[in-house]
Amino acid sequence: MIIGLEHYLIVAAVLFTLGVAGIILNRKNVIIILMSVELILLSVNLNLVAFSAQLHDLTGQIFALFILTVAAAEAAIGLAILVTYFRNRGTIAVEDISMMKG
Amino acid sequence: MISAVVFLPLLGFLIAGMFGPSLGARRSEIVTTALLFVSCFFSWVIFGMVGLGGGAFTTPVLGEWFTSGALNVNWALRVDTLTAVMLVVVTTVSSLVHLYSIGYMHEDPSRQRFFAYLSLFTFAMLMLVTADNLVQMFFGWEGVGLASYLLIGFWYEKPSACAAAIKAFVVNRVGDFGFALGIFLVFVLTGSVSLDTIFAAAPGLAHKTIHVFGGDWDAMTITCLLLFMGACGKSAQFLLHTWLPDAMEGPTPVSALIHAATMVTAGVFMVARLSPLFEQAPAALTVVTIVGATTAFFAATVGLVQNDIKRVIAYSTCSQLGYMFVALGIGGYSLGIFHLFTHAFFKALLFLGAGSVIHAMHHEQDMRNMGGLAKKIPITFWCMTIGTLALTGFPLTAGYFSKDAIIEAAYAAGLHGSAATYAFVLIVLAAGMTSFYSWRLVFMTFFGKPRWQQAETHGHDAHASAHGHDDHAQNDHGHGAHALDPHESPNTMMIPLYVLSAGALLAGLLFKNAFIGHEAHEFWRSSLFFGAENHILHEMHEIPEWVGMLPFLMMLGGFLLSAYMYLVSPQTPVRLAQRFQPLYQFLLNKWYFDELYDFLFVRPAFWLGRLFWKGGDGQIIDRLGPDGISARVLDGTSWVVRLQTGYIYNYAFAMLIGLAAIITYYLVSGAH
Repeated sequence: MIIGLEHYLIVAAVLFTLGVAGIILNRKNVIIILMSVELILLSVNLNLVAFSAQLHDLTGQIFALFILTVAAAEAAIGLAILVTYFRNRGTIAVEDISMMKG
Repeated sequence: MISAVVFLPLLGFLIAGMFGPSLGARRSEIVTTALLFVSCFFSWVIFGMVGLGGGAFTTPVLGEWFTSGALNVNWALRVDTLTAVMLVVVTTVSSLVHLYSIGYMHEDPSRQRFFAYLSLFTFAMLMLVTADNLVQMFFGWEGVGLASYLLIGFWYEKPSACAAAIKAFVVNRVGDFGFALGIFLVFVLTGSVSLDTIFAAAPGLAHKTIHVFGGDWDAMTITCLLLFMGACGKSAQFLLHTWLPDAMEGPTPVSALIHAATMVTAGVFMVARLSPLFEQAPAALTVVTIVGATTAFFAATVGLVQNDIKRVIAYSTCSQLGYMFVALGIGGYSLGIFHLFTHAFFKALLFLGAGSVIHAMHHEQDMRNMGGLAKKIPITFWCMTIGTLALTGFPLTAGYFSKDAIIEAAYAAGLHGSAATYAFVLIVLAAGMTSFYSWRLVFMTFFGKPRWQQAETHGHDAHASAHGHDDHAQNDHGHGAHALDPHESPNTMMIPLYVLSAGALLAGLLFKNAFIGHEAHEFWRSSLFFGAENHILHEMHEIPEWVGMLPFLMMLGGFLLSAYMYLVSPQTPVRLAQRFQPLYQFLLNKWYFDELYDFLFVRPAFWLGRLFWKGGDGQIIDRLGPDGISARVLDGTSWVVRLQTGYIYNYAFAMLIGLAAIITYYLVSGAH
């Protein structure tokens, strides 16, 4: 079978849905939310690269590189925040992070 | 010169009031007292020139106060005989009281304030008596009311003093309400508030009627009755008298100056000043007579049984004011003013003497805890005796001339009308009672066994709870373990007593001719007005012999009865009190007027206030207004708040749903 554009898009959509579901359904750990965000970003990257190849336009791949950079920075900052948060609160369980409750 | 008389006390008030704390108590005392003495000196000069010397009446205008439409009010100082008499009374008593207070108040930490108030009072009183229009008189009238309020509540740490001050202020407001309405009516009738214009217009208004209070009334009668209502409030006449005995909560010099000699006589002065109006309203004069006589009788009966030395004198003041109003009511304006003049001397003397006794007893005011003081403080005793003689009308003392003249005039007027006969009977009875309670005061205080030695502990235990006590908040002397040893007061307190004693003995003799004798006409000239049919001053000399003797006999009877009951047989009063228990309680509780007013006015006022507060404000305005709106907002938001879980994933889910909804919408609508 020929692996065409649609296969890439389906995989990306599955990854995206997994990421979103991970954010919404996860009740345990904030790190899992961070990982889910990474998953979403990856699915977007996959889309960009797939279309870039399909359309013969390098812009999409360059953009994917940018997104990788940003994702790395974001993961670093996110983890740093988590560490600080753990030091302050002694927990990173999602259940306990509800200070915005009205 | 008249400006100096009026404004020097104001200067003293400003100096002591504004710079008192930095000047210190001693200098404030000296400044205010010295200014008052200068003012007093000028007053006597004016009295000599205008009153006795027959100098011209003047009315220097100081400037315009305000103009509003047809109403034009100037600041002016009217100087005529009536004013001159009042100037002398006010400044003399005031300067002596200033001097006396230096001794009496020497323990008090806020003396500057006290002297500032005294000077403020004197200024306001002088503005009142020199007023050339009704509005300026009202200014002075309210000014003395203010000063009276401040001085009654001078020891504001005492709740009873604050209550008394508020009571005086509120009761006076009732009278002032009438006075203000009276001024309005005068303006409606004459188009002016200036005295000369009013007096000129008064004869033309004699039988005019006016439509007020939903009916047609005789204009002059209703005006004069309203003005008299003001006089009633200020002069503590029957039905509006309740504030005066409570005003004894103030320091004793204040009682002498304001609540005996000057302010309470403002009502008498006002009626005499407006004599051209009152002469046109015979019905109003009848009311004045009846109210005055009732007050004289009522206050004398209450005075019979009081045990607080100052309250006895307070009721005596009330009673004597009643005499003055009787004199005014029967048309004898000069008699009323003469009694005002002599009364100022002997009543101030009695109050200051009582102050000296209280000072000697270390602020004990209950006469049951005194006794035998004649040996300890002989000079005070003699001064008090002179004051009592003058008050009861012992021949040739001040009261003999003025009070007996009023009684005789009442008899003479009684030949024409029954109201004056009513007044005659009541004031003769009151004269007997005056003698009784005055001598009772002297005997209980100065004679008999000293009751203060054994009463020492008892008396001072009761001190805190008993009301009406004149104790200083910071007073620590005399309450210690050492025995009470009454001592004569310092010279600053005794000199005023000497001067006033001289006045009480001689004021009647010296000024009788000028005030009510043959020279009266040249003395008063146009300052008092007598109607064409008013011959009371002549008729009072054509009375039977027995009427002239009656006051003396009443005085003697009162004296003998009092001497028997309090010197010879001290058990008699106790037995009488037990035998006539209801009557005794009735008198002791001042005819239950306080209770009656409490029931009629105070409680309904509280009830109404609570109704408006709880019902009107709380239940309606607050509930439907701000409180209601905020409660509804809270209700609305309380379930909105429940949406906020605080969990990120819930928010993210909501965002996702929203995003999905928007995209779906655009996809669907974009298809069209």
